[in-house]
Amino acid sequence: MNRESLPHWEFVLAAYAVLLIAMGALIVWSWYTMRRAEKRREELKR
Amino acid sequence: MHIYANPKRFLSLASWLTPLVFFSGRVLVRAVVGYGLAPDLPELVKSVGIAPVPEDRLMGETVRILFIHVPAAWLGMGGWTGIAISSAALLIWKHPLAGLSARAIAVPGLVFTIICLATGSIWGRPTWGTWWVWDGRLTSMLVLMFLYIGYLALAQATAREGASPKIAAIFGLVGAVNIPIINRSVVWWNSLHQPPSLTAGKSSIDGVFLVPLLVAVLGFSLLFGAIVLMRMRALIAEQQVEARLRRRAMRDEPLATSNTAMEPAE
Repeated sequence: MNRESLPHWEFVLAAYAVLLIAMGALIVWSWYTMRRAEKRREELKR
Repeated sequence: MHIYANPKRFLSLASWLTPLVFFSGRVLVRAVVGYGLAPDLPELVKSVGIAPVPEDRLMGETVRILFIHVPAAWLGMGGWTGIAISSAALLIWKHPLAGLSARAIAVPGLVFTIICLATGSIWGRPTWGTWWVWDGRLTSMLVLMFLYIGYLALAQATAREGASPKIAAIFGLVGAVNIPIINRSVVWWNSLHQPPSLTAGKSSIDGVFLVPLLVAVLGFSLLFGAIVLMRMRALIAEQQVEARLRRRAMRDEPLATSNTAMEPAE
């Protein structure tokens, strides 16, 4: 049986890059929006 | 459950729970992700204490995608299950934080569904010889992504227009019909996707892959939980800001009206 020979590590790295970019963006955005909203609430309390 | 209906009580709990859950998840995910990428890193292996993952007999090195694709798929589906449970809590018990928790789950749920679709497609190319097939599993997962987008648009529109949060909650409950379809799709229809590898009490995955997979699932679940807590804190703070501004505007309005009334006629 002829099997297509593809560089496996390139696919592994691409999948992990998708994860790191998406997760990183999600965590930073969630943290930033939370801090911004809580800061605004504290400012209004004063 | 109603103990945490008070936002003040919930926030006091979430303030210390958010970093705890986040950093616990980060440690586990970092170990598995670093491990998946660099299996020969001895320090990491020692610190994690799990055996090195070898190449799979059929899938080769691409088996490492398992540690991110499977948790992303579970959390994509688990996220919508969370939306459905929160929606039911809102509709049945009128729990004040249920609507917020459903909205908080939607964004991470969508991101994990996209990660699942993207990593699955990348995995499919060397394993199946194609990036995409319109079979039951892949199509129902794509439908889940569109359901998340629809839910987010609806929840934001109802919040902005001041409409009832029950509209989004009904959508959240109706959309849950897709979850068993995704789960059973590989059993009901012919698919390139493999049948379920983990069923109640049984596993067709070798222990050498199963242990890091379970660690990854736990780690990603903790990160998911931390993100949901962050989103809930943000949504509660936004609501409190809006309520405070509204109260301030109502308090200032009679004053402004009386000032206008006292202005001399020209």
